[in-house]
Amino acid sequence: MSTTDIIDTLAGIEPGSALDAIRARRLQARENAQKSYLSLFEPIDAGDVSLVERAAVALFVIGLHRESTVAAFYRAKLAATADGARLIEAIEVEIGRGETSGPYGAFPAGPLSVENKAGLIYRVSADRKAVLGARLAAAFEHAHLLVFRPRDAASTDMKALLAAGWSSTGIVTFSQLVAFLSFQVRVVTGLQVLGASLGRTANAVAGA
Amino acid sequence: MSAANNVNPPVVFTQDELAWVSWIDPLPEAELTERHFAGLVDRARAKSEYFRLLVRDPEVLEARTKTDKDIFYNVADGLPRAERELAAAATSRYNGCIYCASVHARFASTYSKRRDDVQRLLDEGVGADLGERWNAVVKASVALAATPIAFGPDNVAELRRAGLDDSEIVDVINGASFFNWANRLMLSLGEPSK
Repeated sequence: MSTTDIIDTLAGIEPGSALDAIRARRLQARENAQKSYLSLFEPIDAGDVSLVERAAVALFVIGLHRESTVAAFYRAKLAATADGARLIEAIEVEIGRGETSGPYGAFPAGPLSVENKAGLIYRVSADRKAVLGARLAAAFEHAHLLVFRPRDAASTDMKALLAAGWSSTGIVTFSQLVAFLSFQVRVVTGLQVLGASLGRTANAVAGA
Repeated sequence: MSAANNVNPPVVFTQDELAWVSWIDPLPEAELTERHFAGLVDRARAKSEYFRLLVRDPEVLEARTKTDKDIFYNVADGLPRAERELAAAATSRYNGCIYCASVHARFASTYSKRRDDVQRLLDEGVGADLGERWNAVVKASVALAATPIAFGPDNVAELRRAGLDDSEIVDVINGASFFNWANRLMLSLGEPSK
């Protein structure tokens, strides 16, 4: 790997620690979670989704999860991306407007309808649309759906993205980006929680 | 756009085999290059509409596929395959992915031989009582799937009480987290059909 493992860094996993050893037993998963990150943020071909669009979506998605360590990482990433820093303020306002709790949404009409759960249908504010542009505004609205109410997704959502200037390949990359981040932030948080419990056990033993 | 007229969407969670129909155009098989085949990992996946759609970004698909395979198929140690599949099925049930739930409920049934319990997870939802160990796996998966993430020290303590060691808990975290990736693709790029 040419760069530090992002999940280890964000979860605070030290070389030689118990969690480092456990992660080493799933080496292919560890290396390919990293390759997924690299292929999304350092792609061979950024023609369908620009680097600044990727970093902006990442900050928005992770901000909605309210995981501060991971959000700080993607905020710094956007700040370091050409044309990115100017977007941060607008994105943080939109994160505040989009915050809610999921998953919610509707099931196909039938016996599962009793489990339908209503919730926020997020739309970018008119003011920020001017800053973000049509492509990113459409992307944020779809990203919010993917984060909080993926079961609401419909073919019309694909049409909205196509109408906002997203190509079919761009939609695939953008969907992978949001879905990957949903995975990454959960692995990081899960490992942080497990790591903290190990720390407590170790301290308890040391103190006994 | 696909021919929506031919789609017959399931309206309940099921262990039956379902098809999946894309809402945007997959790459035609005839247009696949070696770069695409590398992304597909298994050449046979060129027959699948889902993978021919995802292969529009071959590098991401390749890395995603290899992550998936190691999390679920590497059973040299750690959590039994059945319980990794249970984590995947519970996550899919909670997020509402009928297609993903069907595939991984079938795998959970096959590897655990507890088809009726798996069916209760699908029928009753993530609150079904499946015994201490499975309940702990389901509850941890659900807590991880929530946004904001609700997984905390109580989930770890419950998994330990149910007999899972730390490497098995990491397998639960990986398996459940991975389905927050898979569910979002399956739910948003197309739909299941009976």
